[in-house]
Amino acid sequence: MIAFENVAYSYGGGELLSDVSLRLAPGSFHFLTGPSGAGKSTFLKLCYAELLPTAGRVTLFDREVRSLNRDEVARMRRRIGVVHQDCQFLDHLPLAANVTLPAMVSGRSAEMADLKDLLNWVGLAKLGDALPPQLSGGERQRAALARAVIMSPDVVLADEPTGNLDWEMSLRLLTLLVELNKMGKTILIATHDLNLIRAAKQQVPARVLRIAKRRVQLAGADL
Amino acid sequence: MKLSAITDVLRGDKQADRVVPPSGHTAWLTSFTAAAMTFLAVFALALSLAAGRLADRWGDALARSATIRISAPAGQMDAQTRAVLDVLATTPGIVRARAMEDAEQRALLEPWFGPDLPLDALPIPRLIEVTEDAEGYDSEGLRQRLAAEAPGAVLDDHTRWRKPLAVAAGRLRMLGLTSILLIGGAMAAMITLAANASLAANSQVIRVLRLVGARDAYIARAFVRRFTLRALIGSAVGAVCGMIGVAFLPSADMAGGFLTGLGFQGAGWLWPFLLPPLAAMTAFLATRFAALRKLKELT
Repeated sequence: MIAFENVAYSYGGGELLSDVSLRLAPGSFHFLTGPSGAGKSTFLKLCYAELLPTAGRVTLFDREVRSLNRDEVARMRRRIGVVHQDCQFLDHLPLAANVTLPAMVSGRSAEMADLKDLLNWVGLAKLGDALPPQLSGGERQRAALARAVIMSPDVVLADEPTGNLDWEMSLRLLTLLVELNKMGKTILIATHDLNLIRAAKQQVPARVLRIAKRRVQLAGADL
Repeated sequence: MKLSAITDVLRGDKQADRVVPPSGHTAWLTSFTAAAMTFLAVFALALSLAAGRLADRWGDALARSATIRISAPAGQMDAQTRAVLDVLATTPGIVRARAMEDAEQRALLEPWFGPDLPLDALPIPRLIEVTEDAEGYDSEGLRQRLAAEAPGAVLDDHTRWRKPLAVAAGRLRMLGLTSILLIGGAMAAMITLAANASLAANSQVIRVLRLVGARDAYIARAFVRRFTLRALIGSAVGAVCGMIGVAFLPSADMAGGFLTGLGFQGAGWLWPFLLPPLAAMTAFLATRFAALRKLKELT
């Protein structure tokens, strides 16, 4: 699904990631941890080709990202739902339209019933007509997750998706991701929240990747 | 560029149109630019068409007429005039020939010498007006015959005057067409700048769209359609205003001067209707080019 082979990424003269080799198998559930600034967001951006590696190979759905043209990158991203840390939206469109944006740009239509269920699940059913600037940080995170999963993508990448949420809502979103994983979707969540990781491990065989000293390693099972 | 890019813009996509935020003053700038440029283009077109008509009219009028000027002593003037008329009567290609009356010659000279010109006291040459048929006559052969029959007669077939007039009118027409091309180029440049500004202002929107899987063509289409429609509407307004302006220009019959007669005649009034689609096409190409280039820079 997503494979890294000896990948390095340098920025501003310094190497942020070095010699990273790993494979996210279809249907796997991974957490990505590490100190702030260690390169978690960079790693995720490499996973959906917003960044290209400065060395090594990143393969998405059996295609090397460097060989993809811009249209192919766009098509690839339709198979990857991303929750960005800064939860970017189109501020002039209401929340419901923002959530269905992946469907809109791919020329498909999201089922209204699905949209309603999804907004209901993430606790935003009454905010469908609200504009993104009117939403709180937590509401934006929930909306970003709803947008990431609306088209039932093959892979969901989430960068600190529960950073602004209370524990109850965090568990609710985790349940959504776990259910998607049970449907065979690949999940990768970058987080600092060890409780969230523990909660997930009780439901699915989640594995933990840790970024330390520019390398990504599989963490022990003691989390 | 695929034909589908044009048909997609024409067909429109309400959802795709929504992803670009509504713009403020830049929308009016594009429409205003298109309107102003089309307004000018209408006048350039009118100039070009009028110059073309003028060239045809001058060429046609001058080409079908000639003048024979007889300079002879007073005692021989009538004899040479008769001889010239006889020669002309037997020259193929000449429809009519007549010696101008004294009153007519006086009328021709009056603007320069005043009404009291003593025509009898001045050695003014006799003028013979010659009208040719569509086939024309052999001017060199006629000159030789005139030299033999009436040595004081000189054939002036207006070639000397016709050439510079035709050249001038032709250049005027070229000037009009060049102006239209320059106006189109300036409009393309201005719309490109406006499109670039709009794309730069919406870089965040574009980034979000790319991240959720939008293709460049999809994003570009939303911008291209918007700018094309603005240019089309602005240009249509400019064309109508320009045509009204041209319609109110003084007619050639009223003033009879050189610059009158600028405007459209008959089917010529249809030409300005081509300008809005051309402006829209210019906007389409300019915006599409700018959008696709800018998209590669932004994401």
